[in-house]
Amino acid sequence: MSDCILEMRNITKKFPGVVALKDVNFKVNRGEIHCLVGENGAGKSTLMKVLSGVHPYGTYEGDIIYDGMTRQFRSIADSKAAGIAIIYQELALIPELSVYENIYFGHEIMKGRTIDWNQTIVQAAEMLKKVRLDVNPSVKVKELSVGKRQLVEIAKALCRNVKLLVLDEPTAALNEDDSANLLNLLKQLKEQGITSILISHKLKEIVSVADRITVLRDGASICTLDATQRKVSEQEIIKYMVGREIENIFPPRINRNIGEVCFEVRNWTVYNPAAEREILHNINMYVRKGEIVGIAGLMGAGRTELALSIFGNTPRYKILSGELRINGKPMTFRHPKDAMKAGILYVTEDRKRNGLILIQDVKYNISIANLESLTQGIVINEHEEVNIARHYQESLSIKTPTVRQLVNNLSGGNQQKVSVAKCLFAKPDILILDEPTRGIDVGAKYEIHTIMNRLVEQGMSIIMISSELMEILGMSDRIYVMAEGTITGELKAEDATEQRVMALATKVEEAAV
Amino acid sequence: MSTQMQLDGTKRKSFFRDRVLTGLKSFGSELLTLVRKNIRSYAMFIALIGIFIFFGIRTKGLFLSPRNISDLFNQTGYVAVLAIGMTIILIIRHIDLSVGYVAGFLGAVAAILLKDGWPVYLVIPVVLVLGTLIGLYQGFLVAKVGVPAFVTTLAGMFIFRGLLSLILAGTGTIIVYDEAFKAISNGFIPDIPIEANMHILTLVLGALLTIAIIYGQVRTRRTAMAYRFEVTSLAVFILKNILIAAAIMLVAFMLAGYKGLPWSFIIVGVVLYIYNFILNKTRLGRYIYGIGGNVEAAELSGVNVQRITLFAFASVSLMAALGGILFTSRLSSASPQAGMGFELDAIASSYIGGVSVSGGVGKVTNTIIGALVITSLTNGMNIMGIDISFQYIVKGIIFILAVAFDIKTRKQG
Repeated sequence: MSDCILEMRNITKKFPGVVALKDVNFKVNRGEIHCLVGENGAGKSTLMKVLSGVHPYGTYEGDIIYDGMTRQFRSIADSKAAGIAIIYQELALIPELSVYENIYFGHEIMKGRTIDWNQTIVQAAEMLKKVRLDVNPSVKVKELSVGKRQLVEIAKALCRNVKLLVLDEPTAALNEDDSANLLNLLKQLKEQGITSILISHKLKEIVSVADRITVLRDGASICTLDATQRKVSEQEIIKYMVGREIENIFPPRINRNIGEVCFEVRNWTVYNPAAEREILHNINMYVRKGEIVGIAGLMGAGRTELALSIFGNTPRYKILSGELRINGKPMTFRHPKDAMKAGILYVTEDRKRNGLILIQDVKYNISIANLESLTQGIVINEHEEVNIARHYQESLSIKTPTVRQLVNNLSGGNQQKVSVAKCLFAKPDILILDEPTRGIDVGAKYEIHTIMNRLVEQGMSIIMISSELMEILGMSDRIYVMAEGTITGELKAEDATEQRVMALATKVEEAAV
Repeated sequence: MSTQMQLDGTKRKSFFRDRVLTGLKSFGSELLTLVRKNIRSYAMFIALIGIFIFFGIRTKGLFLSPRNISDLFNQTGYVAVLAIGMTIILIIRHIDLSVGYVAGFLGAVAAILLKDGWPVYLVIPVVLVLGTLIGLYQGFLVAKVGVPAFVTTLAGMFIFRGLLSLILAGTGTIIVYDEAFKAISNGFIPDIPIEANMHILTLVLGALLTIAIIYGQVRTRRTAMAYRFEVTSLAVFILKNILIAAAIMLVAFMLAGYKGLPWSFIIVGVVLYIYNFILNKTRLGRYIYGIGGNVEAAELSGVNVQRITLFAFASVSLMAALGGILFTSRLSSASPQAGMGFELDAIASSYIGGVSVSGGVGKVTNTIIGALVITSLTNGMNIMGIDISFQYIVKGIIFILAVAFDIKTRKQG
């Protein structure tokens, strides 16, 4: 068992402004199931991207020794050829093609110059048997459930003679039965000599299948626990995942002036037609005036979906049941516009994709959500617009030569400040901030936190979604923790610790911590 | 010795040259960076001037005669209004392939109504309303039902082509006899009763337009300076305004030397003013650019994307109706072939005028220049007697070159 199939030695990976991986060492033995755990942003995915060649050789420092040789993967094709298959959360299957076409896609069985479809079907059936999936190979992939699609994806990897299988949160979208089925399959593949690396947030399944567990934190490898020698507990893993000093990097709030409940959702259950599944189950939460409510949880817990479904994005999300009240009055929002009229504003986590209009300038982006107040008759008062943009440029210290600069040319932190300026100008009563400080530097973070404090002191309410535990603990008055589309717990700021939040986010019973 | 003297001479010469150049240097380098930075927007002016020079030479001056310039503007009318409507559609990342036959069909409707004895002042509003309804129908399919614009308007292209030949099936080409209707694209504004061998009112209007534009430019520059925004140097600013004034007055003199200002010119001017106003001064305009720039961000900023899409389609078909009126008036007849290929002219005008293929960027004022480029090509090739088949090929090539150039220059920027 001590035979080592993969060793990643002293891997350092830098992005502009951030060190994503610092001197990481990661060793996987042949024929084991090795779990990789860590908070969001700990570097798990980056490490796997280095391995697979998504970040090609030369863009990182350190060595990859795979199957006894030092490798320099320049692309995914290179790592694939060496027998490494990575299965991502968003599956790489083509829904309109059949199962057998998908399994052999890019790896066709040929007879001369044409594809041998008969042989393909026969072999595909063989592969399906190996992954214990009982479906007709001619069925279209779109007709399969997510769990079955996972198995097809694994079959696809197996037909390419995979030696090392990497699964990135394979069970995130699966129900209990499908998850159990998938984990059993991994154990079975292990007996056939296939090594697996499993990335997961669900600690329960990790302790049940893992031979060894490596914990990453803030881009560094913390430790590797051997579960073959002794039983590793979930609490022990959590301890290594968090275990950080609370640094005093959050600005103090002077006046904590918390008033009446101003926003409430009850029994909020939401269905996603595109993914064909229920994504939020029976959510109950409330927000008081002048309060910062943190929503913690791991990737895929349903936090952004909750925010968007509240914000009236109804074509994407279907609200099956539930009630939304603002200042006690029941409301229905058909369009974000309705929500904005009622005083709610949502600032997106992905400002480049759906937050800002990058090809427009700073003043355009600041004024867009509240042009009504700048319009006289039907004409926009451009003088006023410039004055307002300048006011925010100064008060938020947005670093830009003029407010006519295209947002595209601003740094991430300044772009985020433009987002904040936009919502300040829209003057909402309830502000939903989704990952307000993701990807921006420490100084800009502090400034944005200061602004948040100022806003709640003035009576605004903030719902803050964040994957950074420190931010959640440092800024919130109250914390909701979500996991798998439900709220698993509510904590007061003074009772919250990293361990307790993480335990709820990974759904470990609170009593046990 | 002699080499030493030679060196001194060169030095003195170059020193002298430097002195002369110093004054022009900063001006020149600013002009150069300005051109380099805005190569995209200057390209169409360069193309237009190039086309004028080329046809001017090849037709031995015929192309540049006052009479032909006057004709050129009359011919540009229908392309220009179609292109203005199309610009908005392209900014919000849709397309309308049906405009050609919608224009053809509605032009024929106008001719039939006139033949039936309807008065002009009723025919025009009825046709414009019909156009808007057609646009609402197509906009409904795109915005509410979610049928891609390409498919909706491709179907529209067939439907209105069919309707056009259907309503003209019994009669064939219909000749329009109504003088007022014919004047829309063939007539000229009356002159003030002063004895002169030039059209005085045209010159007066040209001068007024020049003053208005320069006044506007000065005001914009003042405001920008008051806000400490970056502005071009005074020298470049003056040069730019001299060029604008020269271009307008040149056109005014040419038109005044023939019969004066065509009515179609005034119609296009009004439409252009309204659309330019909407796009730059109103919320609707902001939202149109927002949707084109990032539809999700616009939606999350409270923009009603469906309603604006509906507006854009209603507006482009309204413009198609107007284009149909202008075209029918121009030919004084409605034929089953009317409208063929107009959509290409409209789309090409927009792209040549700088609308981005990926949406979110574009100006109707520049689209007009694009329309002038396209019409000049048609007009010039007609004078040269080039076969219509070659005309299509040339236009197709120019179109694809313009788009390729646009994509290339935008990538660099």
